[in-house]
Amino acid sequence: MTVAFEEKAVLEFKGRMLMMTVLLLKDLDPNTLHRQISLRLDDAAQWLRDAPVVVDLAHPEDTDQVGLMAAVDTLRGLGVNLVALARNEHLDSDTAAMLGLGSISLAGGRDVPRSAEPAPAAQAEQPAEPGHTLVIDQPVRSGQQIYSRGDLIVLAPVSTGAELLAEGHIHVYNTLRGRALAGVRGDQSARIFCQKLDAELVSIAGIYRVAEDLPDQHRKQAVHITLDGDAMRFADLK
Amino acid sequence: MTKIVVVTSGKGGVGKTTTSAALATGLAQRGHKTTVIDFDVGLRNLDLIMGCERRVVYDLVNVINGDANLKQGLIKDKRVEDLFILPASQTRDKDALTLEGVEKVLEGLKDMGMEYIICDSPAGIEKGALTAAYFADEAVVVTNPEVSSVRDSDRILGILSSKTRKAELGEGDIPASLLLTRYSPERVERGEMLSVEDVKDILAIDLLGVIPESQAVLNASNSGAPVILDSESDAGKAYEDAVARFLGEQRPHRFLTANKKGLFGRLFGAQ
Repeated sequence: MTVAFEEKAVLEFKGRMLMMTVLLLKDLDPNTLHRQISLRLDDAAQWLRDAPVVVDLAHPEDTDQVGLMAAVDTLRGLGVNLVALARNEHLDSDTAAMLGLGSISLAGGRDVPRSAEPAPAAQAEQPAEPGHTLVIDQPVRSGQQIYSRGDLIVLAPVSTGAELLAEGHIHVYNTLRGRALAGVRGDQSARIFCQKLDAELVSIAGIYRVAEDLPDQHRKQAVHITLDGDAMRFADLK
Repeated sequence: MTKIVVVTSGKGGVGKTTTSAALATGLAQRGHKTTVIDFDVGLRNLDLIMGCERRVVYDLVNVINGDANLKQGLIKDKRVEDLFILPASQTRDKDALTLEGVEKVLEGLKDMGMEYIICDSPAGIEKGALTAAYFADEAVVVTNPEVSSVRDSDRILGILSSKTRKAELGEGDIPASLLLTRYSPERVERGEMLSVEDVKDILAIDLLGVIPESQAVLNASNSGAPVILDSESDAGKAYEDAVARFLGEQRPHRFLTANKKGLFGRLFGAQ
């Protein structure tokens, strides 16, 4: 007779959506790089300092490894949180490993506007730029993507195939049929409010639910979504 | 003052060319000097629907390239005064359409005193569709009452809001209205099709008209006469209404409910 021993699982795979910043280097000259990155870091909010950064090269075909090593050292020396090198036909995972980096293909991802430096005029008027609320009063159509550094308020329908991203809360005073990702920089207290929930996906701080997993009693209803640990909570918005 | 109208949809086969032909014909019937241009380079269809395929000598690409002047390229409709057709090229590829070239053609048409220029867009969201839409003052979005068509129309509306010349000049979105085609109230009642209300709710734009699914449309295509000329048909009447609304008239929407068969109909299965 065989006895089956059940070993306690010590690991668990989790799907999690993370935001990464891609740093596109157009030139590898260490001096120029040092000067320009220092300037950016001085202006940038804390998030840029902490953000996981993937290095991508504009001209991978004429990049020599020594130059690349020097550039990576420069970035590390400035405290940039490098995690990976963008993979392409010229830069394979061996090159990345040699630099102590992971190797990531950027082919599947999508670009999100990420200006570290708001327009000078806007900066003068609104020093609290990172917390600034973005208000959209036009329909957000399929294929469109809206990113807010703070809260995001939408007063028109959000179509299937559209994507809302906010570092803070998301409010949709209409039907939400697309995706809504609140707290994309990891703010677990971010919330999603919407008048009529018909979303493809909702996410708070990387924890997400797809349309199939939305609670039935809240479908097409006004809801208020919060995060409680790793669980998403849905409540009537009455 | 010339108004440039793009008839677009994203998805193919929903009725853009039928609509372009009907809209242009309807406007010309009301005395407005109108040209309809086929932008579907390589897949020329408009000339068939307009019934002028045997009179095509030059096409849009010829005019853009300067092989022919605008007057040589334009085909005058035989049935309706004030109606002109500029066909697409069957042999060239889409790269032949340059924005500068198209602008030159549109300017030429303006100089000829056209009141309306209807641009029949190719399907998709690629260069051809963007070129057809770029100079538009107004858009008519043709949609079938089913989810994929509605989603593609939504996508094209998003593109229109950023990729037209007006949008690039910061003059804001061009007005867009919805034309729902191949609508079958019976199938809506059976839950097999989206209703007008569903589509309006998703796309959130004004409704220009609802064209019922009709044999008349197929007959019209086959005979090369725009369906609006078939004024006895339901689809012809619906397009007539749409043209009137396009010109600012208020008309109630028709053909939105299923025909209830009367007692005799039910008893004898009569049509």
